[in-house]
Amino acid sequence: MRPLRGAGLVLIVAWSLAPFLWLLATSLKTAAELTHLPPLLPSAPTGSHYIAVFTGYPFLRIIANSTAVAALSTLLAIAIGATAAFALARLRVRNAPLILVAVLAVSMFPPIATVSPLFLAINAVGLRDTLAALVITYTTFALPLSIWLLTNFFRQVPVEIYLAARVDGCSAFQAFYRVILPLSAPGLFAAAILVFIFCWNEFLYALSFTATTASRTIPVGIALFPGLHEVPWGEIAAASVVVTVPLAVLAFTFQRRIVEGLTAGAVKG
Amino acid sequence: MKREHSALFLAPAAITLGAVALFPVLSVLWLSLEQRSPLTDAARFIGLDNYARLLADTRFWNAFWNTTYFTVFSVTLELLLGLGMALLLARAFRGRALVYSLILLPWAIPTVVSARLWEWMYNADYGVLNYLLGTQINWLGSPAWALHAAILMDVWKATPFVALLLLAGLQTIPRELYQAAALDGASGWTVLRRITLPQLVPLMLVILIFRTIDAFRVFDAIYVLTGGGPANSTETLSIYAYKVLFQALEFGYGSALAVSVLVVVALLTIVYARLLRVRIA
Repeated sequence: MRPLRGAGLVLIVAWSLAPFLWLLATSLKTAAELTHLPPLLPSAPTGSHYIAVFTGYPFLRIIANSTAVAALSTLLAIAIGATAAFALARLRVRNAPLILVAVLAVSMFPPIATVSPLFLAINAVGLRDTLAALVITYTTFALPLSIWLLTNFFRQVPVEIYLAARVDGCSAFQAFYRVILPLSAPGLFAAAILVFIFCWNEFLYALSFTATTASRTIPVGIALFPGLHEVPWGEIAAASVVVTVPLAVLAFTFQRRIVEGLTAGAVKG
Repeated sequence: MKREHSALFLAPAAITLGAVALFPVLSVLWLSLEQRSPLTDAARFIGLDNYARLLADTRFWNAFWNTTYFTVFSVTLELLLGLGMALLLARAFRGRALVYSLILLPWAIPTVVSARLWEWMYNADYGVLNYLLGTQINWLGSPAWALHAAILMDVWKATPFVALLLLAGLQTIPRELYQAAALDGASGWTVLRRITLPQLVPLMLVILIFRTIDAFRVFDAIYVLTGGGPANSTETLSIYAYKVLFQALEFGYGSALAVSVLVVVALLTIVYARLLRVRIA
C-alpha cells in the first residue's frame, strides 16, 4: 500500500507540474532549439525571449492594464459584496435564502449570453476600449462569489458580538465596519484573492470590449500574440511565465486561504 | 435598538447586479428576436425567425453535440480522477501543504495561458507530447483528435479543483464511522465502498452539476487552443455564437445562439439550486 501511495503522489505532482516545467524550458531555449527535439532542456539557456517580450511588445502596458482592472474590480466587488453579505448574514432580510439563490443564479450566467447586450450598452455610453468597461463588468460578475463567501464568513462571527455592539449604541452600519469587518479580515482576504484571480484571468468580455493596447489585458494579449509568419513560441512562453509567477506566488503564500475560500461555497452550501 | 435599514445595505449590490447582469440577460432575449448589426443602429423585429433558422442550422447542431461531448467526457474524467487524487491526498503526510499549492497551479493560471501551453505541447512537428510518446499524431489538426485534445487539457486544469473540494468533503465524514468499521474488521475496499463513497455522494452531485455548468459554457480554452477548427470539429456553442456576433456581426442570430447556452445552463442551475438547498436543510 505505502509505496503505491508514494507513486501516486509523485504522479499527481508530475502531472500538475510537468507542463509548467516545459513552459519554462521553452522560454529559455534559443530560436534554433525551439524547432528541434532533442534536446528536451535548453543546452544554452537564453533570456532573449524575455527581453524581446518587454522591448518588442507593449507588454508592460498590458500588465499594468490587467493589474489596474483586477485590483479595482476586487476592491469594488468586496466592498459592495461585504455590505450586502452583512445584511444577509445578520440583519432581518425577508427571503434571505431566496436572495442567495438568485445571486447564485447570476454567477451561472454564461458570459456569452450577456456579451452582446453589454457590448451595445458599452458602445452607447462611449466606454468601448476603456478599462472602466472591464471594471464595471468584472465587479458585477464577481459579486455573487463575493456575496456568497462573505455571507458565510460573517455568519461565523458569533451573533452575540454583533448584538453586544448594537446594545452598546452602535448603529447597524457602525457594528458592521467597526466590529464585524475587522473580525472577518481573514475571510475578506480569502474572498479577495479568489475575486482577483477571476478578474485577472477573464477572457471573453476583455476580448469583446477592448480593441487596442489602451485597455487590453493579459489573457487577450497572450491569445492574440502577434506573429508575422510563424507563431513566436519563445516569446509566448516567456510572457506566460511572467504572468504565471504572480499567481504561483499567491498559490504558495495563501494556499490555505484559497482552499478555504474555494470549499466554503461548495461544501458548506 | 434603532432600525436596521437592511435595504440600504443591499441596495448597491442590487443596483449593480440589476443593471449589469439582469438587464443584459433580459435584453439578450429581446435581441434574439431582431435582425441587427452592431455597426449600424438599424434593427428589425423578426419574431422567432432566428430560432427557426437555428433549428435548421446544421452548424448549430454540430456545435451543440461538440459542447455536449466535451462536457460529458471532461466532467466524468475530472470527477473520477479528482476522487482518486482526493483519496491519495486525504491521509496526512509530510509536505502536504506544498502538494496542495502545486496542484492549485493549473487551476489558478489563466485559461488562455494553459491553452497556449497545451497548443505548444500538442504541436505536430516540435511538440513535446509526440516526442515523448514517439508518435506523429496531428493532435490539433485532425478532426478525430482535436476535441479529445481539448478534453485532456480541461481535465488537466480542472481536476485539482475537484480534488480539493472532495478533500474538504472527506474531512467532514464522522471519524466514528471509520472507527466502527475498523472494530468490525472491514477491509480498506469495503470501507471505501460502504462508508466513504456513500458519504461523498451528495457533494459529488453538487460538484458534478457545478462543473457541468462550467464546461457547457466553455469558450476560452477551446477558442485559443483550436479556434473551433479543424473543420468546426471543436466548435462549441459559445464559440459559434461569438463568431456570429463579432465576426459575422449578426447580433440577432448570435444572440439566439447565446440564448441556447443560457437555456441549458438555466435548467442545470435549477437542479443545482435544489441540491444546495437540500444540503443546507
